[in-house]
Amino acid sequence: MSTQTKKTSIAAPGDIGRALRARQLPLLGPRIVLTLAVFAGFGVWLATDSVFRGAITAWLVCFAIPAWSVFIEGSRKATDRLVTLLVASTFALAMVPLVSILYTVLNRGLSVLGIDFLTFSMRNVVGEGGGVYHAMVGTLLITTAATIISVPIGLFAAIYLVEYAEDSRLSRWVRFLVDVMTGIPSIVAGLFAYALFVLFFGEGVRLGVGGSVALSVLMIPIVVRSSEEMLKLVPNELREAAYALGVPKWRTITKVVLPTALAGIVTGVTLSIARVIGETAPLLIIAGATDSVNFNLFGGRMATLPVFAYASQRNPGVPPEFSIDRAWGSALVLLLLVMLLNFVARLVAYFFSPKGDR
Amino acid sequence: MSSTPAARPAKAPQRPGDRIFKGLSTGAGLLILAVLAGVALFLTVEGLPGMTASPDEVKSGQSFLPYVGPLILGTLIAAVVALLIATPIAIGVALFISHYAPRKLGQTLGYLVDLLAAVPSVVYGLWGIFILAPNMKPFYGWLSDHLGFIPIFAGPAVTGRTLLTACIVLAVMILPIMTAICREIFLQTPRLHEEAALALGATRWEMVRMTVFPYARSGMVSAAMLGLGRALGETMAVAMVLSATAGVVTANLISSTNPSTIASNIALSFAESSGKSVNALIATGLVLFVITFLVNFAARSIVDRRKEFSGAN
Repeated sequence: MSTQTKKTSIAAPGDIGRALRARQLPLLGPRIVLTLAVFAGFGVWLATDSVFRGAITAWLVCFAIPAWSVFIEGSRKATDRLVTLLVASTFALAMVPLVSILYTVLNRGLSVLGIDFLTFSMRNVVGEGGGVYHAMVGTLLITTAATIISVPIGLFAAIYLVEYAEDSRLSRWVRFLVDVMTGIPSIVAGLFAYALFVLFFGEGVRLGVGGSVALSVLMIPIVVRSSEEMLKLVPNELREAAYALGVPKWRTITKVVLPTALAGIVTGVTLSIARVIGETAPLLIIAGATDSVNFNLFGGRMATLPVFAYASQRNPGVPPEFSIDRAWGSALVLLLLVMLLNFVARLVAYFFSPKGDR
Repeated sequence: MSSTPAARPAKAPQRPGDRIFKGLSTGAGLLILAVLAGVALFLTVEGLPGMTASPDEVKSGQSFLPYVGPLILGTLIAAVVALLIATPIAIGVALFISHYAPRKLGQTLGYLVDLLAAVPSVVYGLWGIFILAPNMKPFYGWLSDHLGFIPIFAGPAVTGRTLLTACIVLAVMILPIMTAICREIFLQTPRLHEEAALALGATRWEMVRMTVFPYARSGMVSAAMLGLGRALGETMAVAMVLSATAGVVTANLISSTNPSTIASNIALSFAESSGKSVNALIATGLVLFVITFLVNFAARSIVDRRKEFSGAN
């Protein structure tokens, strides 16, 4: 959608043609300014040893484009160029934290990451050493349990919305409240799980399975939404063909609709796992923290990666460096897990989705 | 959007399998409503003793309203400032992806922004403490020196772990969802409107202002409200970044005494609380739930009015 005003080639050379054409910046003008800006930025960076100042300099130099344009092209075109510059700047600005976070986590985390870090727990560790084995076990168990709770409920709810509800008032409410539920703060989900389990186990309850329940509250709406979208994509002709053959509705759903939408559903579920695996607040409330390995979801406190990272930063002990290092190490492990899940989701979507008009 | 074929015989034979399956799916739909109701119910049941507890029964030594008041204020200030920072950036980024970047690049750039949503909140917290806060401190010093006459920048800037740092982290965290929604709506602007504007000689910016923004206005509002909902409930980043003092009421964004937020206060004091203090914390959680529920409810109502928009959650 290029809006560059291309001059028509039929314009006659000479005074008439020139008078009909608006004056423009030379085509290469903006690029030359951008190149100058990059060089100026690098120059300032090398001179002052500050990336920040270099970037600001480069950015300020770019404003030469609209300034130049005011004199040549008039205010309307100049405004357009100014906005283009600002819009591009917002994107660059949004990338700053992303790059900074990824760089920092890799930089600080890789120095800690190793076989020991992944296979040792924190039991009886003071100062250096120790690892995140216990936290990895906890994260995997709690997230798996959350998935086992959420997927059937979410999937069946999506089937209800798409296959059975027929736009009744109840289904509209369910759909609407599922959307609202995606906005429940994670800490409220943790408090809900605590308030639920405290009724059965008494005050101060800390259970791994409680964490799973809390995560499910966050996960179910995501699963419902993504599965619903995928089920909607299944062509009605497939259902009708099955009915025409006399297949009962539930067999149609399990044998025709679900297999067709399976890749999309798996993608959605994987992405929802990636969303909740990094949740800290609810697990802090209900799963607690511990230094030992705990394989029993129903047996007391359970460490998890995010809570471990948080606790390592919060209570580093003396000297603090080792604990802070472990916090970055566990952050890296967590980030790698999330990225892996996202990557798997994309792969599934890419390779297993039905080929066709999409 | 009924997907069931319309022309079904009025009385299909009812098989047990069908009835069970229909029961299961309807049950799952109802269960979701029950869960939402359960969240409200259990928080109320466990929170009520905290609301009515006398000051000497809880750790804060205050009755409920004076206790929760400053927290609500802190939550609102943090969320609104984060929203003010994030909204223009989100709109700019969405516009860049939908209308300014080359088409082929658009999707990749979208993935990059979505990556921000994949970063766990605890990682944002670590980044906020160890990278952002130290780097922002000189800037806060400059702010309090030159703009100190404005109450929100009064300072003194002795630490980087201020409310403004927390707000910046929050802004980064809500950026992806706001961008995703804005982007989706910008892309739905009718092509003919855009081309008509361009054909009349509008520059790209005039085209955006005349066709894209009017079309997307309600969507941008709901994106902002969804972002607000996220910012209100975000816990760990604030809990880790902010060096908060309980019960502070201030609009000063860059001093060392900062109001806490409801969510971060719960995260920080839950482990050490017992008895009625826990109930009081749950009660503040109920307050947070009600606030975010209302905000999300309003936002989704606006989105829902646009039937063609399927929603990027």
